Amino acid sequence: MDRNSNIYTFTFAIIMIIIVASGLAFTATTLKPLQAENVRKEKMQNILSTIGVDVSRDDASAKFDEFIKQQLALNPDGTVNDKVDAFKLDLSKEVKKDHDNQNYPVYQAEKDGKTYYVIPLYGAGLWDALWGYIALDSDKNTIVGASFDHKSETPGLGAEINQSWFEDQYIGKKIFDKNNEFVSVKAVKGGANADDIHGVDAISGGTITSDGVSMMVEERLKNYIPYLKNN
Amino acid sequence: MAEEKEGLFSKKNRTLLIDPLDDNNPITVQVLGICSALAITVQLKPAIVMALAVLFVLVFSNVIVSLLRNLIPNRIRIIVQLLIVASLVIIVDQVLKAYAYDVSKELSVFVGLIITNCIIMGRLEAFALANGPWKAFLDGVGNSAGYGFILIVVAFFRELLGSGKLMGYEILGHKAKTVAESTGLYHFGYENNGFMLLSPMALITVGIIIWIQRSKNRKLIEN
Repeated sequence: MDRNSNIYTFTFAIIMIIIVASGLAFTATTLKPLQAENVRKEKMQNILSTIGVDVSRDDASAKFDEFIKQQLALNPDGTVNDKVDAFKLDLSKEVKKDHDNQNYPVYQAEKDGKTYYVIPLYGAGLWDALWGYIALDSDKNTIVGASFDHKSETPGLGAEINQSWFEDQYIGKKIFDKNNEFVSVKAVKGGANADDIHGVDAISGGTITSDGVSMMVEERLKNYIPYLKNN
Repeated sequence: MAEEKEGLFSKKNRTLLIDPLDDNNPITVQVLGICSALAITVQLKPAIVMALAVLFVLVFSNVIVSLLRNLIPNRIRIIVQLLIVASLVIIVDQVLKAYAYDVSKELSVFVGLIITNCIIMGRLEAFALANGPWKAFLDGVGNSAGYGFILIVVAFFRELLGSGKLMGYEILGHKAKTVAESTGLYHFGYENNGFMLLSPMALITVGIIIWIQRSKNRKLIEN
């Protein structure tokens, strides 16, 4: 058969596409449950890590049920919306909605008899999305743990936000000032003062990512003010 | 097609495997695949995983294209090659996400970028289309090894000098907030060279490797 004829070219292309497409579709569908499970467990690991519980991926599910007592989806005014499953809320979609139409997930954890509030975060860095979790102490003001991650920040620079040296700086910082006004916690370029309870050191060479983290923390936590102040 | 009978590891076949390591290295001699050599050599671990991923994709696409070489219509051969490479890359990505989730997070977008790695298209066009599957296999292994070798050497120096670590371990000592609290070299006032973390230094490192290689290897000296 003439390999340069149009018919041959079209037939070849069509057969090729069918084979490749079915192969890929098969791979994607078979691996989908495993991948979804990984993502779900990682989310549990991240939430637990902010309250100081480090678990392996295999134990994540069991430990999550043990420590997390309540998973709430909040209305903008701080009341609980019973109809929504907080764990299934996709923040990347929620943040695109108007403030009034969003649901704000919060996880109530209990460890050693103390209650903690874990708040999920979502924002933008230099290249792509940032996300993370912040855990507040029973006073709903002091941060007891933070965990950040990113999609594609620069390795060695902005990507350092998911390293413990950066995350651990948030421990002990406060989100409300003396007068109970919301001020959030910012990553300060050039380094925060040692006694600054609302600031941490930004990453050298990762200023835009650091600013992204500051923005994300402020923007997301702001939405929880009614809940944090009333309950 | 009547091919001459020759041993699996005849001299010619061995050249296919060894040539790309030095005399015909894809990065330092052909200067292909520079883009990924700049992007993922900040740390050693992603560089190694990247080298393995490229090995898988290049070997398989080389063999597949070589098997199909008498069937692929000439006019659409580039797009057919691209299709094969892209599907292999997606398979790698999906499998990593399912079975090696942490590694896949580490590599993030770079796995996808294998599709645009010029070495792969270069080998398919230049070699696999004209040679049998066994030869294509050897050529794939050789070229990805040559690529991976340079990647790992560059990543070694960049991670060591840029962040004082190798594979994430602090081998030059721990850098604390003050010199007095630091251990190892940092105790004596040593500082990491942050410039090593930026892409220009990868280019300069590759340049230095090319320089050393050319001054040692007679065959590469041009008049």
